[in-house]
Amino acid sequence: MNNIISFPHLGNYYHPISKLLSLLTEEEITPSPPITKKTLELGTKYAPDTVCIPFKYNLGNFIESLENGATILFTAGGGCRYRYYAEVTETILKDLGYHFKFYKLIKKDMLNWKDAYQIFKEINPELTKKHFLHSIIYTLLFIFYMDEIDKIIRKNIGFEINKGEHQKLLNKMLKEFKQTDSIIRLTKLYKKYKRKFKKIKKDKPKDCLKVGIIGELYTTMEPFANYELEKELAKEKTEIKRFTNLSYLLWQKPLLKRRMKRKVKKYCKYYLGADGLDNIYRTMYLGKRKYDGIIHIKPFGCTPEITAIPIIQKVCEDYNLPIIFFSYDSETATEGINTRLEAFKDLITLRRKNNEESIFRD
Amino acid sequence: MKKAYLGIDIGSISTKGVVIDKDNKILASTYLWTKGNPLKAVKEVLHSLKNELDETSQIVGVGTTGSARKLIGTILGANIIKNEITAHAIGTLSKYPDIRTIIEIGGQDSKIILLKDKVVIDYAMNTLCAAGTGAFLSSQAERLDIPVEEFGNIALTSNNPTPIAARCTVFAESDLVHKAQMGHKKEDIVAGLCKSVALNYLNNVGKGKKIISPIIFQGGVSKNIGVVKAFENILNEKIITDKDGHLMGALGVAILSKQQKEINFTFDIIEDEFETNSINCSGCPNNCEIICVKKEHELLDSWGNRCEKGNQIINKEQKTFHNE
Repeated sequence: MNNIISFPHLGNYYHPISKLLSLLTEEEITPSPPITKKTLELGTKYAPDTVCIPFKYNLGNFIESLENGATILFTAGGGCRYRYYAEVTETILKDLGYHFKFYKLIKKDMLNWKDAYQIFKEINPELTKKHFLHSIIYTLLFIFYMDEIDKIIRKNIGFEINKGEHQKLLNKMLKEFKQTDSIIRLTKLYKKYKRKFKKIKKDKPKDCLKVGIIGELYTTMEPFANYELEKELAKEKTEIKRFTNLSYLLWQKPLLKRRMKRKVKKYCKYYLGADGLDNIYRTMYLGKRKYDGIIHIKPFGCTPEITAIPIIQKVCEDYNLPIIFFSYDSETATEGINTRLEAFKDLITLRRKNNEESIFRD
Repeated sequence: MKKAYLGIDIGSISTKGVVIDKDNKILASTYLWTKGNPLKAVKEVLHSLKNELDETSQIVGVGTTGSARKLIGTILGANIIKNEITAHAIGTLSKYPDIRTIIEIGGQDSKIILLKDKVVIDYAMNTLCAAGTGAFLSSQAERLDIPVEEFGNIALTSNNPTPIAARCTVFAESDLVHKAQMGHKKEDIVAGLCKSVALNYLNNVGKGKKIISPIIFQGGVSKNIGVVKAFENILNEKIITDKDGHLMGALGVAILSKQQKEINFTFDIIEDEFETNSINCSGCPNNCEIICVKKEHELLDSWGNRCEKGNQIINKEQKTFHNE
C-alpha cells in the first residue's frame, strides 16, 4: 500500500511545503482539506479545553487528513508551548484509533537539517544528499519569493482599481511556481511576477493610512484564524505592514535576535520567548516610522504575548501610538471584532485629521 | 419645513431613538426594551417618535448604531451606519466638549473611551465575558429579591460594604451566596456588589488605561447610584452622570448623519412588512449562514457570505423574488 503524506495548513504555505515533500519523496502528497468551521469543530471537540487555538486548528486538520486516508503526518514545532504540541497531538490521534506515522521537523526551536535529512532518508531510502540540498534551497527560495510578493500585495491590495486583481495574479503565480523544479527558472518567474504586480493599476494616495499587524505567529499568518483581518483592513483602504512570515521565522529571526535584544533594552532586559521580544521591537519600529496604528493579535491565553502586552502598551504610550488587542478563540462571530476594528479605523482617521474643528461644530 | 435628523441605537437589551434639529437640540426621544426583536422594537420607537414630533419637521438624515445597526440601517435606508464607540464619543462630545474619559456599562457589554482634544485616543471593550454588566446586576437583584431600580438607594444605606470577589461573575455569585448565608446584612451585600462591578470594570476594561477627569458614566448601569458612588470612591474623582446618558449613542449617530448626503425619510416605513431569512449555504463544510433582508418582494441586502458559491445562492434568491 502506498503512503499518503499530509500536513496542516498555514496560509498559502501549503504550496511550497507540498512541493518540497514531492521532491523529497515518492509518495502521494495531499495537504489537509482547506480549513472550515468543521475543522475547528473537530479540533475543539478532541483538544484540551484551555489549549490555544492553533492547536485546535492543527488537530482538526490532522483528523480531516486521516479521514482522507493519510498515513504519514508532518508537523513543525516552536518556541512556546507549541514545542510540546506534537507529542500531545500524536497521543490524542492514537487514542482516537488512527494509525499513522508522525514526524516532527523542528526540534529544540531550530530546524536541524541533519535530523530532517535522516527523516526523509527513512521515508525515501534513495534520497541523496545533493538532491536533498537542492530541494531545500529550492523550497526556501520559493517561500522567500512568496513572502516578498506578499509584502507588495499587502501594501497595495487596498487600493487596487479592479477588485480581485491581486488575488488572481497571486493564484496564477503560485501555479506557475509549482510547475518548475529549477531554481533559475523559479527566480526568473519571481522577477517576472514582481514586475506584473507592480504594474497593477491602483489608486493610492501618498499619505494613506498605515497599520502594522503584530502578534502571535499562527493567528497572524492563517487568515481563517483571524477572520481575514487583512482583507477587512484592505477594504478600508489601508496599507498593511506585517512582519511575521515563514522567511522571518526560518532564517531572518535567528539573524536578527541579538540586534533586537539590544534595541529593546530600554523596555525589556531579558529574552521573551516565542515572538514576545520581536513584537516589542516591532512596536518601536512602527512607532519610529510614524505608523497610524498597531493591531496586536493572539490566540486567547497565549502566554508569551500576554507577558509582552504590558511592555508593548508602555512603548505605545511613549511613542503616542494607538494600539488594539484582539484575542481569538473558537467562537466564530465576527461582529464583535468588526465593531472594534471599525472604531479603530475611525480613531486613526480622526487622529490623522487632527483638526481643531470637531465634527459637531460645523 | 424644519430639517431634522434621526438616530437609533439598537442595543442587546434596549433600543433608543432620538430626533435632533440642526443645532443638535433633541426634539424627541424614546427608550424601550429590545426583547430580542430589533425589528419590532424599532417600529415601536419610530411610532412614538412620530407622535412626539410636530408636523413641520422633515427627517433628512438617518443613522444607526448598536449591535443591530446593520440590519436596521439597511431597512431604514440609513445614510450612516456607525459602530457604538465612535457614536458614543461624538454624542458625548456634543454635550460635554471637555470630557476626557467615558465609562459605559450597558446590558451586555462595557467599554471605556479615552479622549483628548475632542478626538478618541484610545478605547477598550470587554472581551470574552459579560461580568459586571447590567445583565449580571439584574440577575443578582432578582436573587436578593430587590427591584433593580432600588438597588442603588439600598446600597447607599450601607456603611460597611461586604467585600465580594470581583474577578469573574461566577466567583462573584458564589461569593455572594456564601456571604448571605454567613449572615451579612442585605444592604452591605448590595453595596459590596456595586463596588465589585466598579472594581471588575477597572480591572478588566480599564486595565492599563489612564483615567483622567472629567469622567462621564453612561449606559444603563449609570442609573444605579450605588455603582456611581463606588466609582467615585475608588477613583477619588467626581463622576458626571447625565439624565440623557443612555441616549448618547443615538445622539452621536444622528449628529454624524448630518454630514452625509441628505435623504428623504418618512415614517410610512412603519407600515411596511420586512422579513429576514437565513440560508445555510452548503457549498462546503464551512456552512456559511447567509442572512437576506427582504422588503415585500425585494431583496434589500444580504451578508454572511464568504465566497462565489454563496453569491450564486443570493442571486437565485433575488430571482425567485422577481418571479413571484
